[in-house]
Amino acid sequence: MNFLEILSYGFIQRALLAGTLIAVLCSVLGVFLVLRRMSLIGDGLAHVTFGSAAIALALKLYSAASLLVSLPLVLLASLGILKLTEKTRLSGDAAIGIVSSLGISAGIILASVGGGYNVDLLSYLFGNILSISREEVIIAVGLFCLVLTLLALFFNELLAITFSEELAKTSGIHTNIINAVLVLLTALSVVLAMRLVGIMLISSLLILPAASALQLARSFRGCVALAALQGCCSVVAGIFVSFITNLPTSATVVMINLLLFGCTSLARRLISPPGSN
Amino acid sequence: MTREIVRTEGLACSYRVGRVLEEISITVAAGDYVGIVGPNGSGKSTLVQALMGLCTISAGSASLFGVPCGRFTQWGRIGYLPQSLRLLNPVFPATVAEAVGLGLLSLKRFPRRLSRQDREKVAATLELLGVHDLRDKLIGELSGGQQQRALLARALVNDPELLILDEPTAALDPETRERFYHLIADLNRSRGVTVLLVTHDAGAIGGHATKMLYLDKRVIFYGSFDEFCRSDDMSTIFGSHSQHLMCHRH
Repeated sequence: MNFLEILSYGFIQRALLAGTLIAVLCSVLGVFLVLRRMSLIGDGLAHVTFGSAAIALALKLYSAASLLVSLPLVLLASLGILKLTEKTRLSGDAAIGIVSSLGISAGIILASVGGGYNVDLLSYLFGNILSISREEVIIAVGLFCLVLTLLALFFNELLAITFSEELAKTSGIHTNIINAVLVLLTALSVVLAMRLVGIMLISSLLILPAASALQLARSFRGCVALAALQGCCSVVAGIFVSFITNLPTSATVVMINLLLFGCTSLARRLISPPGSN
Repeated sequence: MTREIVRTEGLACSYRVGRVLEEISITVAAGDYVGIVGPNGSGKSTLVQALMGLCTISAGSASLFGVPCGRFTQWGRIGYLPQSLRLLNPVFPATVAEAVGLGLLSLKRFPRRLSRQDREKVAATLELLGVHDLRDKLIGELSGGQQQRALLARALVNDPELLILDEPTAALDPETRERFYHLIADLNRSRGVTVLLVTHDAGAIGGHATKMLYLDKRVIFYGSFDEFCRSDDMSTIFGSHSQHLMCHRH
């Protein structure tokens, strides 16, 4: 079977479109999150997504309709993580851990009580982009446009708080608002990415393209562009490879990202003079 | 009449460990170059952080350009350079030009975009500080002295009227430190920039500042450089030999 034949399938076209859009969002946001040492927020919000998916299934809301439950709950959880970090003496990772525990335990209890929908819930754990529906693609396109517009509008402020929150404050930037923008955009992207790589592997889509880009980037904008490029390439390659080899798509996408991270790390060692970082 | 840039009245700041500053009443006029010195834990950095709104004022008041610090919004009039070592993530991928450009955001309204003129301004500031050749280098890969110059460029790019420097020379070797002090003194004289400079190094700053503020949780001395040199209290603290070395300007 050649590439054109594979491309002729509607489900492959939908997977490629939604997958590349989600990958761009996660990769770009990942650069900010990794540099701000907030990489694991993806994991935390993914666990909340699991809990919200359990609620959606209990309410008999499937596929695109489940977003009606997941989106508000995950957005609220993202703000909860931020508030816990600001208002208590907890570090960011402890706040993420608390919200994450709440999400996963709520999901497990609901799954246990509901009984009958355990198989559906498992599909959220590992994702399956090849089964993405037309409605979900439309939602992905809409949210992609929204998140990308907000990212473009707040790009310099996001760069400023990532560089130094202290300096950003002294430039008159409302750092609390910009932090909230960052976690809300991340929450939107995590809900979208749930169908692509599943809850278990979402953080890899946030972290790996950014980590690879940081190995080679020679400017901040270059870093963002490289991360987005790797995100896109890994999803496209992952969909084709998994289709041909009959492997799970989400895990294949992650393995390709890991391979690219290994390559960029090696390239950095070869390019950098001895003794430099 | 001399314009008042900074004024504090009975200012106090507390952390969990207790009061770190109390009863600070000072006035800084336009064109002053104030060296803020004192032992470790004397509240030097807390004072500038209180002025910049980075820590809470527990008693008294502070104002910048006549506006109470809590309501101050004209950040474009101030350039701030924090201690370098606690600032920079060594793997941060921004170029020097990108980092310096962030200093212009204080002059912008939402959405804070940088124009071609802004990029020219960044280039001119880097040229002024003699680091134009570093503009495309990653800021995390620079030496301590180069980073400090780049961050000073960030603080100066918006043409501030007040420059606040918090231990800017802590990571620098003596030769680079002396060049840095000359540069600040030159900006103070040639552009009339008001300077507040926090340092451990009372000896080096003595050669440049027009006023000295000696803190030890409260104001021990605040006055002109000449008064500082004649002060018996300062002779007791520093020893007359050290005081003589500080006051001996070439």
